[in-house]
Amino acid sequence: MPRYETVIGLEVHVELKTRTKIFCDSTTEFGGEPNTHVCPICLGLPGTLPVINKKVVEYAIRAALALNCNIAEFTKFDRKNYFYPDMPKNYQISQHDLPIATHGYLEIDTQKGPKKIGISRLHMEEDSGKLVHQGTITTTPFSLVDYNRAGVPLIEIVSAPDLSSPEEACQYVEKLRTIILYTGVSDCKMEEGSLRCDANISVRPVGTGRLGTNTEIKNLNSLKALRRSLHFETERQIEVLRAGGRIVQETRTWDEGKGETLPLRSKEQAHDYRCLPEPDLVPLLIDRQWVEDIRGSLPELPEQRRQRYIKDYSLPEYDAAILTNTKELADYFERCVRAYSHPKAVGNWILGEFNRLLNLHGIEIAACKVTPQNLVSLLRLIDQGTISGKIAKVVFAEMFTSGQAAEAIVKKKGLVQISDRHAMVPVVEKVLAGNPGAVADYKAGKGRALGFLVGQVMKATQGQANPELVNKLLKERL
Amino acid sequence: MQISGKDVGQLAFLSRLDLTADDLTICTKSLNEILGYLTVLEELDTGAVKPALHVRPIKNVLREDALQPGLEREQVLANGPEVEDGAFVVPRIV
Repeated sequence: MPRYETVIGLEVHVELKTRTKIFCDSTTEFGGEPNTHVCPICLGLPGTLPVINKKVVEYAIRAALALNCNIAEFTKFDRKNYFYPDMPKNYQISQHDLPIATHGYLEIDTQKGPKKIGISRLHMEEDSGKLVHQGTITTTPFSLVDYNRAGVPLIEIVSAPDLSSPEEACQYVEKLRTIILYTGVSDCKMEEGSLRCDANISVRPVGTGRLGTNTEIKNLNSLKALRRSLHFETERQIEVLRAGGRIVQETRTWDEGKGETLPLRSKEQAHDYRCLPEPDLVPLLIDRQWVEDIRGSLPELPEQRRQRYIKDYSLPEYDAAILTNTKELADYFERCVRAYSHPKAVGNWILGEFNRLLNLHGIEIAACKVTPQNLVSLLRLIDQGTISGKIAKVVFAEMFTSGQAAEAIVKKKGLVQISDRHAMVPVVEKVLAGNPGAVADYKAGKGRALGFLVGQVMKATQGQANPELVNKLLKERL
Repeated sequence: MQISGKDVGQLAFLSRLDLTADDLTICTKSLNEILGYLTVLEELDTGAVKPALHVRPIKNVLREDALQPGLEREQVLANGPEVEDGAFVVPRIV
């Protein structure tokens, strides 16, 4: 029996964070009562004319440049005709044969090292309205249509069929999301649908050059759904082929509850969108100076930033990758490093306690009460020996909830580390007297007993003893 | 160029037109006559003519990203044959 390999290409739709829709001046705000964010243009009323939002073109170029694409000099919009009530015009304005950008790529990390994933094209289009079904899409008696989302600007980013596993597909989406977030053109919230994903998947016997017949999976609302559906579809296709069957080219929907993909449209209804140039919009000539201005305004992107952290700050690859995962986290890190010269220590705190508490309380960095200056002050208190690393965590937790400065908390709670030899000697001696067993063990050569004794001293001082001093005093007496 | 009855049937399906067999025959004949007429254009030498993507020589019509209030929902739904919970009601599609 032949072994099979999976070939996956992804179409990712990203909603752009403009104030108004792509072809009219209605709001793009998420949510709102049904049909309250609409005007005659996005309702497709007769006699209305669309006009392109300049910001949409700018954002599309911005995202395309961050994804290493070529920006077209000449681009236009087309009508994509189809019968489905999510668009009131019975067509969607999209870009067919002359998209604004092509030939890009991004890099993912695989076990065999970095892998370039091609981006065939990136184009602009309008989002559709939303249909609310009673029950599921295939059993609902009727649907309710809300056009608030109709006309919200989207970019569709189409990857080459370069992805070889569900895991690579997820990594691609995560990388793409990180890059787009850095550019600031979208908030990329999968749960709110501002980043959506369709997958094209086929299998073929290992070593065959030709692509197998593919299916398209829709309704992937999370990375988990993407991964699970691709695993399911891989297995399904291999089973069909092994049983001597043929794969039918079709659109399938992911049923999260059942954990399987189901056919959505029959073959007879195969796509025939009869695309034609949109007569209501004139073409765009993209000025090269405009492209260069946008390029110049791009922030340092995650990959470059990661490399810089490894090179300039000598951070381990893993730390650098996580710190640069979001622009906010990386900016925070850099503000700390500017005031404090041990990047590794800053990184450890941010990836440790800082991230832990952010996750625990579900707080975004922007809303975090600990300023970079305050975190640096805390690190300095540890360096100066004023507090131990252990106490620092207690202080940090307090800083996190109250927003107070480290020094103030240490002072208020009397957490200053005891480094005074005279103050410590009686405590150490008391611990030694109270634990003759451990003392005997240590003397018999069991080194671990020392750790126990240090622990007892720390306990007796509520963690405030300077650990180095405790070690020293104990050893002197053993 | 000639199109077949099958092509016209597919076109009718995509346009959601319910044509009888007679309609189909008539449409196929008419469409072929129109297409036949257009072949006259093919005799023209267009080698030196740039393809036109729009009938008017205008480019780059853009607007600023400035918000305006939309319609009141009552107006929005006024043309809906059936309306429920502030939304248009449509039959099941799939």
